[in-house]
Amino acid sequence: MRLAVASGKGGTGKTLVAVNLGCVLAADGPAMLVDCDVEAPNAHLFLRPELTERKEVSKRVPVIDESRCTDCGACTAACEFKALAFMAGHALVFEELCHGCGRCGLVCPSGAVTEKEHPLGIIERGSAGDLAFAHGRLHIGEAMASPIIRELKRSLPERGSIVLDAPPGTACPVISTLHGVDAVLLVTEPTPFGLHDLRAAVNVARMLGLPAGVVINRDGIGDDDVERYCEEEDLPILLRIPFDRRIAETGAEARLLIDALPEWRLPFAELAASAKELAT
Amino acid sequence: MKRVVFLSGKGGTGKTTLAAVFASRVEGLAIVDADVDAANLHLIFHPEIEETGAYSGSKVAVRDDDRCTSCGRCSKVCRFGAIDAEFAVDPLLCEGCGTCVTACPNDALRLVEQESGTWYVGRAARRPMIGAELHPGEEVSGKLVSVVKEKADDLAKRERIERIAIDGSPGIGCPVIASTTGTQAAVLVTEPSRSGLHDLERILGVVRHFDVPAYLVINKADLSELLAEEIEAFARREDLPMLGRIPYDERVIDALRVGRSPADDPASPAGRAMNEAVARLLETIG
Repeated sequence: MRLAVASGKGGTGKTLVAVNLGCVLAADGPAMLVDCDVEAPNAHLFLRPELTERKEVSKRVPVIDESRCTDCGACTAACEFKALAFMAGHALVFEELCHGCGRCGLVCPSGAVTEKEHPLGIIERGSAGDLAFAHGRLHIGEAMASPIIRELKRSLPERGSIVLDAPPGTACPVISTLHGVDAVLLVTEPTPFGLHDLRAAVNVARMLGLPAGVVINRDGIGDDDVERYCEEEDLPILLRIPFDRRIAETGAEARLLIDALPEWRLPFAELAASAKELAT
Repeated sequence: MKRVVFLSGKGGTGKTTLAAVFASRVEGLAIVDADVDAANLHLIFHPEIEETGAYSGSKVAVRDDDRCTSCGRCSKVCRFGAIDAEFAVDPLLCEGCGTCVTACPNDALRLVEQESGTWYVGRAARRPMIGAELHPGEEVSGKLVSVVKEKADDLAKRERIERIAIDGSPGIGCPVIASTTGTQAAVLVTEPSRSGLHDLERILGVVRHFDVPAYLVINKADLSELLAEEIEAFARREDLPMLGRIPYDERVIDALRVGRSPADDPASPAGRAMNEAVARLLETIG
């Protein structure tokens, strides 16, 4: 089973749900947690995994050999991302804008384009007890998260349960995370912002044809508009986590809810069961 | 002109609420919602929309089935895995780079512009408000943020507005960088948690990378005394000026539910603390 935990709105408790769910699944068979929020990765703070592998992720960007370049302008005309320009007789490469597609090299008639690696971030792998773990970290100042997410997903195990902790929002890093999963859990909170962004997340899930279930975090604050929306849209509410200062403190200190408050083991085991059902 | 951006790294810390309080306290200000893939500021300000438009910032490869001879050159050059075994283009994986178009010997592929979002210019309590919504799954969030910021700049110049408040998105990537560049102050809103601190370190790195002066607000500060103190210690080490500690207060949610700024609720301790934080910011940046 490949299950993504997503939300639309940030800070609703995706990571809280993903790490506790991952641990419950690992007690029951092979399981892995993949933190795909490479801009703000937090799952490792909760799981404190032993990291055994580290890999650089980069994109290939063009290098223009000026002795071969004839200033024909084919590369600048072909680049869809405005990552190449001619200024004062020199070809300039704006590496941060480059998507690394290689089109400039393909169109250059004089073989002046070679490529080099431009580092984007890192991927680390390891384990937290029985739970296999991987996450990515985008370098500070870099804009593109999706290549790191794609790389993270390239070598997932074929078997077992895999929980992917998604970034917030509905843009391309979310799609990169959700592409190819079996189901998605949408974590929300019962506030106007929570509801507004849940709608957007439901749109994404439907666009991708993914079965979706909802987890309501900080239940009891706000109102019941989220519940009514879920009912109207036929979205199953699979778990409710109340607002409770003890739970908030556990999360603040990055402790696992199922360890700090063991009465939460059963609800998370039930969530794991309903998520598996959703995914089949 | 002074542009102030509200950022956090971690989501859900209260960026939008703080931005709303700032915007409602300052006269002569334009409001920008730059969180284009989870825009929420309009839920507080309910702007009257004056103008909207579509933004087409992305392209996607489209195949002409009659011309395709299934030679497979397109799938060999595509670095994004967007062309499958039957040489069909997956629009969700396609980056719109056109490398396949160049490689195709039969002119069977072309790039087609697609609408990737919509923007609006409106007015909320006499203030100009500009925002946008990205269509789900689009990858041009940074470009759409730039479009919205340019519109705000033009409007501010026309109406001689001195300040622009920009509500940013979570994370540290593409839309955050687009929100941050060209601003004169960044208000970093965090919460007292390990995740909040971890992501604060990352967003501070980004803001300083672009040479923007940063200021700190700790929201929901009493939810963990321990972490609030760790974050304050971090701020001292980093020379990051503190604007204030906001207590956890359910009246904030009540205010947001009826679409109001929590700072307008005199009985809300968080509202009062937010007002003080904004006053401190204004004293500092002028």
